Amino acid sequence: MRKSEGSTRRQFLGIAGTAAAIGTVPVVSLRPVAATPETMTAAIRNVIGSAAVRIGKVKLDVPPLVENGNTVPMTITVSSPNTAEDHVKSIHVFNEKNPQPNIGNFYLGPQAGRGQISTRIRLADSQKITAIARMSDDSLWSATADVVVTLAACTEEVI
Amino acid sequence: MASALINVPKKAKRGDVIEIKTLMSHIMETGYRHTAAGQVVPRDIITSFTCRYNGEEIFRADLFPAIAANPFITFFTIATESGKFDFEWIGDNGFSEKASATISVE
Amino acid sequence: MKLFGTIFLAAVLMAAGFAAAAEIPRNERRSGYTFMAPDTQTIQDDDTANPGMLWVLDGESLWKRKAGAAGKSCSDCHSDANTSMKGVAARYPAFDKTLGRPINLEQRINLCRARHQEASPIAYESRDLLALTAFVAQQSRGMAITPDTTAELQPFVAKGRDFFMKRQGQLNLGCTNCHDDNWDKHLAGSAVTQALPTGYPIYRLEWQSMGSLQRRLRNCITGIRAQNYDYGSPELVELELYLMSRAAGMPIETPGVRP
Repeated sequence: MRKSEGSTRRQFLGIAGTAAAIGTVPVVSLRPVAATPETMTAAIRNVIGSAAVRIGKVKLDVPPLVENGNTVPMTITVSSPNTAEDHVKSIHVFNEKNPQPNIGNFYLGPQAGRGQISTRIRLADSQKITAIARMSDDSLWSATADVVVTLAACTEEVI
Repeated sequence: MASALINVPKKAKRGDVIEIKTLMSHIMETGYRHTAAGQVVPRDIITSFTCRYNGEEIFRADLFPAIAANPFITFFTIATESGKFDFEWIGDNGFSEKASATISVE
Repeated sequence: MKLFGTIFLAAVLMAAGFAAAAEIPRNERRSGYTFMAPDTQTIQDDDTANPGMLWVLDGESLWKRKAGAAGKSCSDCHSDANTSMKGVAARYPAFDKTLGRPINLEQRINLCRARHQEASPIAYESRDLLALTAFVAQQSRGMAITPDTTAELQPFVAKGRDFFMKRQGQLNLGCTNCHDDNWDKHLAGSAVTQALPTGYPIYRLEWQSMGSLQRRLRNCITGIRAQNYDYGSPELVELELYLMSRAAGMPIETPGVRP
């Protein structure tokens, strides 16, 4: 599993952010073509701004080999004391190869007690998923997972 | 007709962290499928899910086409007082559904 | 397209190694559930997370709803489903004396509507019919499949077995070639199962919806490029009948979840 160092990631996001500012990378929109790693980066920038994102604290639970891309169980757990002073504010999930880069945004808060959410998602291809958590002090933490999908979503036609 | 399945513990002790599980019936049409004639089937998804605990928002989610049909969402909250959880799903084409569950906290 | 390509490949491979088709020995039978990944199994296990339960709950409301010219609900005659419907799905398809042939649970529901509620039949694969069928079948959850052993039914079981065994369609495949001879292998990343319908109607992840056994059979028949049959046709009911006898003794899992 490729793990980039914090500074490399900051550089990468910095470059992508500049590109987005120039307008060469499209932001979130319903396009007929698939998302790419660049649109995922742009979507991330759209949601969390230009702050640095560190790897850690976030556990992204997705089956490494998916039974069916139409319904993939996903659980995200963020380690945090979960107190009024130190808790998870929100969790944002992105993908790189679906037609659209966003999967969902989940807003928690001090009353949550545990920084964990579960849902079921669609994956159109084998790809990387990224989950980013914003803590109460506005620090950002992320995790990624590589998922292999043999039966894809978003491609089945209406019968 | 039952559109939602909610799972909230009926009872809890004050301060317990409880899990709330929700399942809503909805096709979550992505907007990327085509009919046999080649026309796009328009997007029809739930875009927002909110949970209020005695009137105060404790959880909210923005949903996109990448969320699977019949959205299943689980989250946690601290049981503070007896009362009611109100759930609301809002989506395309004026979709709006509500559900609620009560809890007794001692 | 992808499915066609992989089925074609499978046909080529299987034609190369033809073996006399024999049914799976009783003690080697496994439900489709056991072929699934643990994450998918969890979806079926938890009633609060199983999307099929949405249809079961709908069915529970429909059970109490008055219908037809007679203005009766299912509960008016059958009262509580969890007593009156226990074991019913476990012995369907069953023989209907008036029609002189087997009928499946969906057809029984529609016959009840026609004969006792004076109501029009509910369309196959419609949400309402799936909901009622799922609700009734769920009352037998955990019970062993117990096919009816009436003499009149046996010729139809034999016809169903013949259908299962015979090669047909463009790809010249019989159900048995995959489901008896190759159930321990994979086709395009999916496990080939043993064709034991223990959880129907199922919530199929591929459909992202509830569906009947006949929907699944029609998908398979399309897959082998054979002449398909309409919902409710005698051929499909006979095949259902044979498949349930194949699964005799195994517990009902409705509402099942399958990939």
